[in-house]
Amino acid sequence: MLTALILADSRFPGGGHVHSGGLEEAAARRLVTDEPSLESFLHGRLLTTGLLAAGFAAAAARGEDLELLDLELDARTPSPAQREASRAQGRGMLRAARRAWPSARLASLPASPHQPLVIGVVVGDPYEAALTCAYLAVSGPASAAVRLLGLDPFGVNAIVAALPVEEVASRACKELPALGSPALDLLAEAHVRREGVRLFGS
Amino acid sequence: MGANHGPDPHDHHHGTAPRIGIGGPVGSGKTALTAALCRALGEQLSLAVVTNDIYTTEDADFLRRAGVLDPARIEAVQTGCCPHTAIRDDITANLDAVERLEHKFPALDLVIIESGGDNLTAVFSRGLVDKQIFVVDVAGGDKVPRKGGPGVTTADLLVINKVDLAPLVGADMDVMISDAHRMRGELPVIAQSLVETPDAPEVAKWVLAQL
Repeated sequence: MLTALILADSRFPGGGHVHSGGLEEAAARRLVTDEPSLESFLHGRLLTTGLLAAGFAAAAARGEDLELLDLELDARTPSPAQREASRAQGRGMLRAARRAWPSARLASLPASPHQPLVIGVVVGDPYEAALTCAYLAVSGPASAAVRLLGLDPFGVNAIVAALPVEEVASRACKELPALGSPALDLLAEAHVRREGVRLFGS
Repeated sequence: MGANHGPDPHDHHHGTAPRIGIGGPVGSGKTALTAALCRALGEQLSLAVVTNDIYTTEDADFLRRAGVLDPARIEAVQTGCCPHTAIRDDITANLDAVERLEHKFPALDLVIIESGGDNLTAVFSRGLVDKQIFVVDVAGGDKVPRKGGPGVTTADLLVINKVDLAPLVGADMDVMISDAHRMRGELPVIAQSLVETPDAPEVAKWVLAQL
């Protein structure tokens, strides 16, 4: 459980702080402006991208073939920008994990794997891996909202605490989902093409 | 679909090009110093630059426009609104940028990493740079050195920029330099004006001595 807590900690040095999970683009387009719109954004992200990622973390933790999982997740992520964001965060997490929790299975991962695979391998327990992954799918954008919009951190924290993260993690342990989130795909693609100010990597 | 996107995340940077960090408050002249070092050293060294400006490409564009370095040798990173986090607490994005440059230019002699403008407590992690320069300027007030903070007190080199402006902003250079030495003990201090010496010769000499 400690490993899961360390990975989910915003102070974990895996590069997550430069990713907003589409929130920067959503805020720039005034789709997210306040606590209710943030709650809606996070809820949608948790039940689509979050559930999908958590399913792959659980599968990696169960010991399924990592190369195949990596390809399967690519196939379920139509936006190249989202794939690159997932791999950038996987690469960052892998760099930190190789120092902290070296293992043969970790060493067998490709150089820039999807982040859920790294979480699954490092955490080892399917439910804990899914929970970590589902939580990270919303904690990053929530933190970005505090930084970009100046929202009340207590209000944002309360929103995150009330999200059905555990329920999503349980569902993620049952099967490999294949959910789409076209709005997040479009936001991610618009974000990498944005001219001028861009403070986050995704 | 290959899974090998980007460089291999090897553990540490020993054995690769030396890295020097340039940090300091907003507007103190970090980018101007970086450009000056590129002009002074770009001919004799294989150089690359990573910039962390909060506006993502502002500094990179400045360097490209200045024509002091091949644009392929400049990488810009996003810092998620927290420039100090990206150079100190979680250096992942900067390490990725350095590794991309090392991959493109295998025989680099020096990588300069320029922080986004931040406060007096912002220092580079030793996991990211080998040596660091902290840049302040006389227009920020002559009391800045005695305020201290890890940047002023512990950086390997303190540069006081824009000394030509001292009479215009009422800054007392003697006070500023003596405060800086008092706060830093044996660590060096260089006062300069890039208007008077555009190639930053003293800082360039210090950089060469670190390699």
